[in-house]
Amino acid sequence: MGLRRYLRRAHWDRERLAEIESYIQIETDEKIALGMTPAEAGAAARRKFGNPTLVREEIFNMNTITSLDDLVRDVRYALRALRHNPTFTLVALLTLAIGIGANTAVFSVVNRVLIQPLPYPDAGQLVALSHKAPGAQGLPGLAGELPLSASMYVTYTEQNRTLQSLGVWATGTENVTGKGEPEQVRTVYLSGGVLQALGEPPLSGRWLAREDEKPGTTTVMLTYGYWQRRFGGDASIIGRKITVNMRPREIVGVMPRNFRFLDTNAELLMPLTFDRSKLMLPGFGLQCIARLKPGVTLGDAAADLARLVPVWMNSWPMVSGVDPHIYENWRITPTVRSLKDEVLGNVANTLWVLMGTIGIVMMIASANVANLLLVRAEARQRELAIRSALGAARGRIVREMLIESTLLGFLGGLLGLILAHAGVQLLVRRAPANLPRLGEISIDPLALVFTLLVSVVSGLLFGLVPALKYAGPRIAQALHSGGRSASHSRERHRARNVLVVAQVAMSLVLLVSAGLMIRTLRALSAVEPGFTQPENLQTVQTFIPGALIKEDERVIRTQNDIADKLAAIPEVSSVAFGSELTLQGGNGDWDVICSEHQPLDPAAIPPARLFKYVSPAWFTTMGTRLVAGREYTWTDIYERRPFAVISQNLAREMFGGAAAAVGKRISTCLPKAPLREVIGVVQDIRENGVQEAAPAIVYWPVFGNNIYPKDLGGNFRLSRGATFIIRSPRAGSEKLLSQLNQAVWSVNASLPLASVRTMGDIYNRSVARSSFTMVMLSTASAMALTLGIIGIYGVISYAVSQRRREIGIRLALGAQQQELRLMFLRSGLVLAGIGVVLGLGAAAGLAQLMRTLLFGVSPLDPLTYVLVSVVLIAAAVLASYLPARRAAAVDPVEALKVE
Amino acid sequence: MLVLQTLVLGPAHGHTIAHAIERGSEEVLQIEHGSLYPALHRLEDRGWIASFWGTSENNRKARYYRLTPAGRKQLHAQTARWEQVVRAIGRILRPATE
Repeated sequence: MGLRRYLRRAHWDRERLAEIESYIQIETDEKIALGMTPAEAGAAARRKFGNPTLVREEIFNMNTITSLDDLVRDVRYALRALRHNPTFTLVALLTLAIGIGANTAVFSVVNRVLIQPLPYPDAGQLVALSHKAPGAQGLPGLAGELPLSASMYVTYTEQNRTLQSLGVWATGTENVTGKGEPEQVRTVYLSGGVLQALGEPPLSGRWLAREDEKPGTTTVMLTYGYWQRRFGGDASIIGRKITVNMRPREIVGVMPRNFRFLDTNAELLMPLTFDRSKLMLPGFGLQCIARLKPGVTLGDAAADLARLVPVWMNSWPMVSGVDPHIYENWRITPTVRSLKDEVLGNVANTLWVLMGTIGIVMMIASANVANLLLVRAEARQRELAIRSALGAARGRIVREMLIESTLLGFLGGLLGLILAHAGVQLLVRRAPANLPRLGEISIDPLALVFTLLVSVVSGLLFGLVPALKYAGPRIAQALHSGGRSASHSRERHRARNVLVVAQVAMSLVLLVSAGLMIRTLRALSAVEPGFTQPENLQTVQTFIPGALIKEDERVIRTQNDIADKLAAIPEVSSVAFGSELTLQGGNGDWDVICSEHQPLDPAAIPPARLFKYVSPAWFTTMGTRLVAGREYTWTDIYERRPFAVISQNLAREMFGGAAAAVGKRISTCLPKAPLREVIGVVQDIRENGVQEAAPAIVYWPVFGNNIYPKDLGGNFRLSRGATFIIRSPRAGSEKLLSQLNQAVWSVNASLPLASVRTMGDIYNRSVARSSFTMVMLSTASAMALTLGIIGIYGVISYAVSQRRREIGIRLALGAQQQELRLMFLRSGLVLAGIGVVLGLGAAAGLAQLMRTLLFGVSPLDPLTYVLVSVVLIAAAVLASYLPARRAAAVDPVEALKVE
Repeated sequence: MLVLQTLVLGPAHGHTIAHAIERGSEEVLQIEHGSLYPALHRLEDRGWIASFWGTSENNRKARYYRLTPAGRKQLHAQTARWEQVVRAIGRILRPATE
């Protein structure tokens, strides 16, 4: 109402003016009718009316909102003032734009990844379920955690009291044939209860449910992306068939567009099937998610499930010959975490560090702008004093200065938003590919509000310093000395000095963290990963379904043929392949190992070891050094000789050394498990990432007699999935890839290639988080260092310009140039020194927060701290030397004559 | 209130209202007619009167005002209150008559 009136006040002014004229005319008419002359009548009418301008003003004011009116005027004034100072404005705006832009970009990421809930209905109730098993050492699974077995899933689902829905899942890759080229797609196997827990309804059709768990079920669900890609979004898809691993499966549902199964890139959702009557206790390979009942806490759920662990242990059979109570020694305890924490993993830490870093850069930028404003306010002191003397209220001047700085902040924010948009693109591209929820990142309304807040608050903050300082009632003093001061009091420099010290301290913190990350990365690259030149290693996967080739031996022959064809490609020096184990079905890729002389002691279960299955030439191709003995040969494979190769750390642990291990016989500890002779010992491999310790590994031949007793799963062990590794300088090129395809198809035309990557990519990915953090911190600290140097330079050179007169007098009285230089150099160094000392303290504290990001370097690494301090001090010397030299070059005659 | 009272009889323009008030108060309220206009503006702003452009008796363009329903209600309320005040004052000033 008021605002509308305000905006229409010009209109009303015109209306009333017309009305007043009409009054005067009517009155004039009447007076003429009474016999006056027109001139007399007009004058009389005007007299009768009074002063029309006053009337109009009164109405106009009635329509005016005073504060708003003043605001508009002040903003206009501020804009004009900024325009008149283009250099100041440009520098301030750029500084702010960079600071605010970087902040908004990082905040967008933090907001999307950390703050927003997962994109499922009531995502707060979703939890991830796993176990700790401190009694089972060295589980090579997921970071020392014990996932679920299918029997656990059944017990938990049927007997829990705290969960609405619970389900287990595992990832896999499957061949899809039929239409078009055969392809391998990422899949996820879901038990009933998984989609029900997530609660995202299907776009069409139905969810996979408990009835799909029966063995032999041939149902499948599509993700939106796959439905679009493979079927062009065909609306009549439900009930149609898709050929997965040479078997037709019925499509029962399609998930909506925004659905993503946690942080997997799965395209097909397959039912996880098992035969309930044949379930046993072990087979721990299943991830689990659940939805809590309303009002249930994580602790309640964990306690509920802990109650079920003994129930589970008594409900299912154990592998024959093993006491089921060995699991009591494992001390299995369920852990319940919010699903969000599970998906985010330790990314949160990286992002908070990043956010903190960028926040510091913003503070440094603000300090710089505050400094600029201080200098400007000082220059305007005379003007302000005159205005004050003429009656401008203190509040009015403060307001004006604040409006100017807020406007600066706001304009800087606008520019920053543009930068942020570019920054987000950059972040998304540079960020490690395993950063969860990356696809969701964009600048959203919350980020916009954040930018606005940051701009306005920073504008107010850095404007407040000069405003409070200079709006004060020191008219007389200012007018008296303004512009012709001798030198300034200490107090007048204090604000700027404090700002500079803060800048130096914050720069130091950033430089230290960047330095620590650089050291981390160097430590990482110094680690021997257990393979050589990963960028020359091409990896591809194939899977030979039973419906395509039935006999085991023919599968291995086919895989061997493929390897031979691949090796025949020009510039390929060596080829091998190994198992590609999906976690499906449970018969895990790890187990306990016993030597012939140390049979299983039921009281002390040995730690679990990672199992891998490899072809001949695997180690040669990988570049894994053979420490003792030899690799497998094809003869070993086809004759199914009972051999094994183990890693160096396992050899040391079990037999006291590599040489001692060769010739010893090992087994999987079960009573009738066949013994196998160790024929080779190889270098350790950083299997779980460069940062993690190398696990103990047993390399079984890719094909051969079962490592388990005959009554457990038949005679042979064979993997239908194979990961080929190809060493070639052309790894990663399009040409090599098409040659690989040709080679595989020349063996069998319905075999797709999948997961085409180079080992280099895989390696880089494992250090991606560290290098990402390092790049971001380095960029931020470079910005901080630059801003800090500018800050010191600005303060010292301003001091020099203000003290010209004093310098002149000193020189005239016989001061040496060198002394003068030293004087200014010293004041710069004192500021930097205080900043460095404060910064060292802060850095030592903050670096503790980075502990999880560091590798092979202590958070208090002396080298980094010393080096960074030296760099900062050197920069400070440089920044104060230039103005100091200018001070010394002052001509005393000139300096004293100026005023 | 005087303005509203004037308009009870029907729409009128500023000139008429000014003269009506002057006459109605038996020339007691001698005002500059210009000061009427801010009052009119305020009343219109409050929605008690509405205005439109029309033609005056002697064929001049003039802005006419009329009472809105809200204005009529306001007038009744104010008249009632005014009369109450007047009665009260009367009672205080002439206590002897009782």
